[in-house]
Amino acid sequence: MDNALLAVTEINDLWYTVPLIVAASLVYSATRHELLTPILTHAVRIGIWSVGFMVVLFAVLALMSWWS
Amino acid sequence: MVKSSEQEAVQELVDLKDPALAAFLTWLIPGLGHLYQGRRAKAALFFICIMATFVYGCYLGGSSEFGWGRVVYFSWRPGDKRLPFICQVGAGLPSMPALVQAYRMKNHRKVWFNGFMAPPIPASGQDETEPADPNDVNADQLTAHTLQRNLHRYFDLGTTYTMIAGLLNVLVIYDAWGGPVFSETAKKDDEESSEDEDKDETTDATKGNTRNEANNAAKSENPRANGA
Repeated sequence: MDNALLAVTEINDLWYTVPLIVAASLVYSATRHELLTPILTHAVRIGIWSVGFMVVLFAVLALMSWWS
Repeated sequence: MVKSSEQEAVQELVDLKDPALAAFLTWLIPGLGHLYQGRRAKAALFFICIMATFVYGCYLGGSSEFGWGRVVYFSWRPGDKRLPFICQVGAGLPSMPALVQAYRMKNHRKVWFNGFMAPPIPASGQDETEPADPNDVNADQLTAHTLQRNLHRYFDLGTTYTMIAGLLNVLVIYDAWGGPVFSETAKKDDEESSEDEDKDETTDATKGNTRNEANNAAKSENPRANGA
């Protein structure tokens, strides 16, 4: 399998996205709510959605890289 | 407009005071505007999230050897127009040293703190690693090429972190100015739950009416029970 996509980005570098996802989820959720519990609940939902979206996008790009 | 129950509860608690001042304070230091408004929990949350992101970005994009915070700098020279600074300036006061350092470098004054948030010096036309003016007071500083080569991918990572911190603060500024923007999902959840409650009440009322009608029918069929 062509691992060009993975070779371009070292896997370890993906860990740098975790603090960004956490911070962005918390800040975005806090701009949508005022009380702490809804903020945290919404932040978890947003974080999971963001990670899922990136995984799907990565899978699509990896497939395209493999087929090309 | 139908408001969610959370929105109604919160609007009684949140006092935006002077929204313009709150927005300015939030730009100055993330969360300060919310502290001014008495929204302490959110002030702490915003301050910690945004400042941690910004500071970590400055840490990634620097070193003790080349100076810290090298990814946050202001430059508008031909060949080095630092567009990310447009996003980084959203973080407010933490990004202002970049303007001070750029001013000092432009006026041929020695930059402070080992080049903290200082722009790279212009490179000579022949060699991108050599300064354009070796006699300049800041000739010991790095060129853009040397900086990015030495920091490798951490230059881009640090830039990304600090840009995102600045952009997140734009959302926070709006929150300080206008209060929270409640999502349609919360309103729909509340509408659905209130509709369910209405349905239950209607069903109970219908059942109650049915029972009453049955009782009335039973009484009318049995006149002796009614004392006739």
